[in-house]
Amino acid sequence: MSQNMAERTPARYPVLQAIQSNQPHAPAVHPSLAQLDSVVEIKKFSLYYGVKQAVHSVSLAVPKGKVTALIGPSGCGKSTLLRSVNRLNDLVEGVRTSGEVIVSGADIYAPQIDIIDLRRRVGMVFQKSNPFPMSIFENVVYGLRIHGERRRKVLNEVCERSLRGAALWDEVKDRLGQSGLSLSGGQQQRLCIARAIAVEPEVLLMDEPCSALDPIATLKIEELIQDIAQRYTVLIVTHNMGQASRVSDYTAFMYLGRLVEFAPTAHIFQTPTLAETEQYITGKFG
Amino acid sequence: MLASCVACSLLIVCVLAWVLGYLLKIGFGSVTWAFFTEVPKPDAADPGGMAHALVGTVVLVGLATLVGVPVGVAAGVYLSEYTQDKWLLAPVRFTADVLAGVPSIVVGILGYELLVRPLGSYNGWAGAFALAFIMVPIVARTTEEMLKLVPDSYRAASLALGATKAQTVLRVILPSATGSLVTGVMLAIARIAGETAPLLFTALGSRFLMLNPNEPFPSLTVQIYTYVTGPYLEQKKLAWAGILVLVMLLFVLNLLIRFVTSRSLAGRMA
Repeated sequence: MSQNMAERTPARYPVLQAIQSNQPHAPAVHPSLAQLDSVVEIKKFSLYYGVKQAVHSVSLAVPKGKVTALIGPSGCGKSTLLRSVNRLNDLVEGVRTSGEVIVSGADIYAPQIDIIDLRRRVGMVFQKSNPFPMSIFENVVYGLRIHGERRRKVLNEVCERSLRGAALWDEVKDRLGQSGLSLSGGQQQRLCIARAIAVEPEVLLMDEPCSALDPIATLKIEELIQDIAQRYTVLIVTHNMGQASRVSDYTAFMYLGRLVEFAPTAHIFQTPTLAETEQYITGKFG
Repeated sequence: MLASCVACSLLIVCVLAWVLGYLLKIGFGSVTWAFFTEVPKPDAADPGGMAHALVGTVVLVGLATLVGVPVGVAAGVYLSEYTQDKWLLAPVRFTADVLAGVPSIVVGILGYELLVRPLGSYNGWAGAFALAFIMVPIVARTTEEMLKLVPDSYRAASLALGATKAQTVLRVILPSATGSLVTGVMLAIARIAGETAPLLFTALGSRFLMLNPNEPFPSLTVQIYTYVTGPYLEQKKLAWAGILVLVMLLFVLNLLIRFVTSRSLAGRMA
């Protein structure tokens, strides 16, 4: 891909040229972002899988209480960056990082950080829905149970609140004891969202949450994301440009592990600062 | 090529059918009500039954399972889930494979040295220990294989919710593999229920119906061995009946394993 890109990358795309030749570049960050409160602040963060560098010194402040979308071609490091925010990349062998990721004021890559506590505060919804092979009820309250909550009343309340929050309550309220795997694909993904918000995370990470769903189920999840953003900060990776423009308030465009442009979504999609961003969102490459 | 394969397959089936037929012919007549209810009598013409041996085998296998399954499952969990300890995994796995292949009479001698000589008498504990020793590597390796089939997405989901590794294993991984774990345990039970050699040096055998493992302990296989090698015709007949019952028990156990396996597979597909 990058070779083809190089052939097609004339001088009017200096940022792409710089990235492809591994030169430093200046990402275009919209000035309005500087004034926002951020809940996750990524500072000069790099990540290596063994010798291969997947994220190159990315700096990005995720605005609080908003939906921020990460877009970019496959392999641009957006999922890797997302998984860096709850340190799920730790599961991969040979991962090294440099730089900082600050969540609620503390660098989560500092040695004294409690990863268990971090993951409780940073929820995640995966690309493919992954409910546990247990009842709908137990799926939703799993996060509470592992943190020692046993009071039936609390569990029931949280279960209902979370399922309502995930727009699933009316469909499953009469069969909470049935297996989570008995639900349809879209319902399963909403169950996973309910499970993630049951522990009241500060940030919700979503890794292409609709990529395995049909258009109608996708639409439901998109509505849900906007709904959830009333209470939580959402950072979502998406392949789908339309989805980014529909659900997000801010959009970050990444390419080959670098941040290219970060701005309000309307700005990115209507009057992007960089010609490179415009090329990508209009489908000219990637 | 095809013809010879078919011929060999048929040969195997025929051998099994012949063995079963032979057993039925010789042993079936001696499988009486008394076989299941009576204990040995000191009478060459009327040797009684094998109730003591059946109970003994159940107790020995039960005790062995109580010890062997937790140890084996724990080892299997370690092999499957704690993959960061690379330097230890390969030796543990190799050891398990070697242990699974150790001749069972060697295990019997180990039981003799560890639990018979120090205690001064043949006893049921030593027999159960020897059987558990055979069980552990089988359960450990099947557990490892079954847990590896549990999708990684469950692990990621659990960890992402702030679960520890132990919580993930206990609350998600093991429960979702229960069906296949039961299969592994039953296979191991089927294996040890038919063992004779490890019991000869440990439990020794007994002619009494008993539940106290501190003393020499009866088992079906050792009782069969004793009768077959003994001089009395009626006892030899009883031994044939015992073999038939043992084979049938294992046959039923295998059917049960197939049933559980197909159900747990069907559950996974759903």
